Amino acid sequence: MNLATKDIRHNFGRFALTTVGIGLVLMIVMGMGGIYRGLIREATLLVDKIGADLWVVQGSTRGPFAEISRVPVNLEDRARAVPGVAGARRFVSHTIQREHRGRPLRIVVQGLAWPEDRGAWIPLVAGRPLRQAHFEMIADRSLGLPLGERLKLGKDVYEVVGLTKGMVGTSGDGLCFFTVSDSEAIQFDVPGEAVRLERQARRARAEAQDIGQVQPLLLERALGPAVGIPALAPPQVSAVIVTLQPGANAAKVAATFATWPDITVYSTQQQVDLLLAGMVDKARRQLGLFRMLLIIISTIIMALIIYTLTLDKIHDIAMLKLMGARNGVIVGLILQQALLIGALGYGLAYWLGTFAFPQFPRLVVIETPDLLSLAAIVLGISVLSSLLGIWKAMRVEPNKVLS
Amino acid sequence: MTNTAVDNPPAIEAFSLTKVYGSGNTEVVAMKDVSLTVAGGEVVALLGPSGAGKSTLLTAIGLINPPTAGRIVIGGQPVMDAERALVNVRAFRRQHLGFIFQKANLIPFLDALENVQVAMEINDVSPRAARQRALELLDYLGVADRASNLPDALSGGQQQRVAVARALANQPSLILADEPTAALDSQRGRQVMELFRKVAHERGSAVMVVTHDHRSLDVFDRTYEMEDGRLKSK
Repeated sequence: MNLATKDIRHNFGRFALTTVGIGLVLMIVMGMGGIYRGLIREATLLVDKIGADLWVVQGSTRGPFAEISRVPVNLEDRARAVPGVAGARRFVSHTIQREHRGRPLRIVVQGLAWPEDRGAWIPLVAGRPLRQAHFEMIADRSLGLPLGERLKLGKDVYEVVGLTKGMVGTSGDGLCFFTVSDSEAIQFDVPGEAVRLERQARRARAEAQDIGQVQPLLLERALGPAVGIPALAPPQVSAVIVTLQPGANAAKVAATFATWPDITVYSTQQQVDLLLAGMVDKARRQLGLFRMLLIIISTIIMALIIYTLTLDKIHDIAMLKLMGARNGVIVGLILQQALLIGALGYGLAYWLGTFAFPQFPRLVVIETPDLLSLAAIVLGISVLSSLLGIWKAMRVEPNKVLS
Repeated sequence: MTNTAVDNPPAIEAFSLTKVYGSGNTEVVAMKDVSLTVAGGEVVALLGPSGAGKSTLLTAIGLINPPTAGRIVIGGQPVMDAERALVNVRAFRRQHLGFIFQKANLIPFLDALENVQVAMEINDVSPRAARQRALELLDYLGVADRASNLPDALSGGQQQRVAVARALANQPSLILADEPTAALDSQRGRQVMELFRKVAHERGSAVMVVTHDHRSLDVFDRTYEMEDGRLKSK
């Protein structure tokens, strides 16, 4: 006869409520772990999917994700000339926040090196890759933009031609893929008045210098478009991504890039490490501390409940002792209940999580190793929480029956 | 009433039992130099006013509350020498003793059958055999029809019968009952007392009953009276 289950059946309401409470707390613990895994996946998603072997970024920076990186667009051509390189593409990435249909819309603008890269590698759930050099975009479904939706960004209007699922940036904002030139147009778009003011300021600066006074043509051009000024640097991109020839020695190619003083080169794994060490690490520690607190709280709640359940049974436990029950019978009664609460709470947490986690605004990834480690933790806290009740039960004298 | 039980070998032998609570100015002598013998199959009543030491004697013999001095022998086996247990007390209680109290003390989350069954299962009887024997005992005590009822759903008399069945479960050589009829009306109280007599005479267990109920004294083979911690045979 299993005394634990008999007692549970008798006090089913309290047991069920306790289990639900523990289950909800465990669901949060499970969710915290899932959010952490989600952060990692979101942070490394683009790096993993884009298929680059090397990332060439601004010298002495850890860009383009961990910090801003600016490299000239002609770096793409220089990279292609390095032995072992199969291809090089411009990479542009920046985040914008606009208002669309009355709600804020945060978009990670991602540039595709048109015409080589039309986004054929992007996993689409609807629509198609880009077909023209301008005014088309592929959007993630999380942005809520349907196929055919037209969105004004800067001075131009872009149409959604393809949809992805789960393609988000390091901060969880949905990705939108444009051609590099469109993404730069969006990034560097400034109001007309700002352009006029900048031109006036440029002329004033030129006038104040000898070169402006001795070269009237330069002074004249200072009032015109920036592209007309020869001294200006070429347009810039965030990074250049490099793919290697089959069989090429990645370390050797990286070493060649490393001799260029104006850039820094990272392998894909180094880029992932930069993301995880820099951007995800604090979130990981924060979530870890939160999980630990919740586990401690769960243990205390369970211990108190098991202790209360034990106190309620103290007379019955004394009677069992009087009848000669071994300690194992008493310990089993308490421990089995704690384990059952833990196990059912865990199951409930998992079940509720399958409904709740997909509704979370950020990706929640529940992985089997995390589930197993949480199961071990739940087993541990179940045993731990029963100790107080067991201690109390062991101290009960059989003559308590007489009182 | 004929009494053949007194000819049986002794089920309990108590020698000079003394129980002292506290010390110095707060010392209270609850039981002093009590010796008695109860034969197997004998039903013995222990009478006396409140505070006379009846329950102290009963709990000492029941290995619940050891005496300060004296020896206890149960079924020929020395079990207690003053406060020193000579046997594994819990195992001995499980195998040789049955208890009944004023309150039935049934386990509230077990039904009547399970309350009897559990006493056997903790004594390593297989669940199937324990269940079968529990059913037989409930039938013997006239409460088989309430086997699946929780204690809450039983009357006081029915609860006490289930408690008797539980006490009998492991065929103990000695049953100790502390005012088992105090919570029952006189008719049901007498029924329980007669039940003890039946159990003792038919099953050979010695039964020692602490009671205030003088109306059922004819049921007992022998009566002891305690006063101020001392035992007097009536």
